[in-house]
Amino acid sequence: MFIKQLCIFVENKHGRLEAIISSFADNGINLRALSLADTTDFGVLRVIVDDIDKAKAVLKENGIISKTTDVLAVYIDDRAGGLAEVLKDISEAGIFVEYMYAFLSKTQGKALMVLKADDEEGAEEVLRQHGIAIASPDEI
Amino acid sequence: MKYWQEKYETMPREELRKLQGERLAWQVKRMYEKVELFRKRMDEAGLTPDDVKSVDDLKKLPFSYKQDLRDYYPYGLFAVPMSDIRRVHASSGTTGKQIVVGYTDNDLEMWADCFARMLIATGNDENAFVQVSYGLGLFTGGFGAHDGAVRIGATAIPISSGNTQRQIQTMIDFGATVLCCTPSYAMYLGETIEEMGVKDQLKLKVGIFGAEPWTEEMRQQIEEKLGLKAYDIYGLSEIMGPGVSYECEYQCGMHVCEDNFIPEIIDPDTGEVLPEGAQGELVFTTITKEGFPLIRYRTRDICSLNYEKCKCGRTHVRMNKPQGRTDDMLIIRGVNVFPSQIEEVLLKVGGGVTPNYQIIVDRVNNSDVFEVEVEMTEQLFSDGVKGIEKFEKIITENLRSTLGIGPKVKLVNPKSIQRSEGKAKRVIDKRKLK
Repeated sequence: MFIKQLCIFVENKHGRLEAIISSFADNGINLRALSLADTTDFGVLRVIVDDIDKAKAVLKENGIISKTTDVLAVYIDDRAGGLAEVLKDISEAGIFVEYMYAFLSKTQGKALMVLKADDEEGAEEVLRQHGIAIASPDEI
Repeated sequence: MKYWQEKYETMPREELRKLQGERLAWQVKRMYEKVELFRKRMDEAGLTPDDVKSVDDLKKLPFSYKQDLRDYYPYGLFAVPMSDIRRVHASSGTTGKQIVVGYTDNDLEMWADCFARMLIATGNDENAFVQVSYGLGLFTGGFGAHDGAVRIGATAIPISSGNTQRQIQTMIDFGATVLCCTPSYAMYLGETIEEMGVKDQLKLKVGIFGAEPWTEEMRQQIEEKLGLKAYDIYGLSEIMGPGVSYECEYQCGMHVCEDNFIPEIIDPDTGEVLPEGAQGELVFTTITKEGFPLIRYRTRDICSLNYEKCKCGRTHVRMNKPQGRTDDMLIIRGVNVFPSQIEEVLLKVGGGVTPNYQIIVDRVNNSDVFEVEVEMTEQLFSDGVKGIEKFEKIITENLRSTLGIGPKVKLVNPKSIQRSEGKAKRVIDKRKLK
């Protein structure tokens, strides 16, 4: 099961990131996970929020470009080697990871890893075969 | 109706040349009597009005320059008493003090006729509704279009510029069939129409856009967004205003109203007249204008002239779209750059890239820094950084191969580059501020 991630174009200008995050705050949008990819010229902010439709509308109103992407949120055991095992399975299946970032899960003893693969469906299938749990949107 | 003033528009070239010669001789004679600066320059060149008998004598005459208008500001170059001046217009220009021009009754008639020729040439008649979204004021654009519309018996909608939402509502409610404004404002109107989703409620057929350089690619986008056919018009307040030259239905260059204005192409460095078809600086002589006539006025526009007869039947020479004013030209690291070249590249890149851009030039450690801000589009944005970087690189490379120097491309938020309701301001040259 995929979850919806929001990708946001961040202009390389003073205060842009703050403005985006504040607009979420002002509209009562809660950030569950966040990652910022930066280049010298611009940034791409990837977030998982509690109300994606509202977040999109807020961004549009402020003239900010965003896009929704399906990603996997994978449960990882909170111990040394937990992530390595998951990645090994994916890599052996010939699937590429484009980016990933971690955040805390509500389940004790587990971390959550947001994972974007070149073949998302393939990745989901591999994880299922190996009995690795994937979070559903309401678990985020 | 195919022509507005058929006799003049289709006059055989030989006859036209004769008419031009007569009018030129008349103009030189009266200007010699009435305009002090012109008399002084003629005397310095050892010329008298008797030396001017035909168009062939034009090349002997002294040039006039924009600086003259500033030096003799406000009315020092007018050739009639102020009681005969019915209207003045002014142009601020991008640099320096404003200039003032004046028109007699006959001048205003002639101007309206020139604009009327274009309206007729682009398929309009008395049933047209002409929305004039050029500024109605001291700027010549608004009144030029308005008088032209009235001249052909159409209905003028003199809304002037600004208040974009209301412009569009008016277009819909009043049933505008013709839109007159700057190309950059047409683009902005088009974007807003898309946002409002009202394109199918428009009745626009023809767009008459001018007063700033624009490209073929921009023409296509405007036509698509507004659902009309976009025509180019050229003019400058020093010579008259919009309608000095215009495109006909065949859109193969702009016909100069040669019975009123004689164009020449010269080498801007030597002042020599260049052979037919060569590209150089455009120079105009007004041969019928009474109030504020000019002989061999240096426009600073770079273009070429085509004397072949047009398919539309008009014999008047066609000038191609000026690549830009020499005033607009930037010299960056020794390379000549026209802002319109950048627009052309951006529109060819595709991906919904808009022709809204801003050029920022600065000097850091004695070296020019050249940056082009381009608006990010919904279509081009992806969640991965690589895709966006690749796109940035494509723009940079295309600009480098077109201009000869590579700028730094900076992607900015959509609609963050300021839209203009009149002439767009594309260049921020910080070198001049230092």
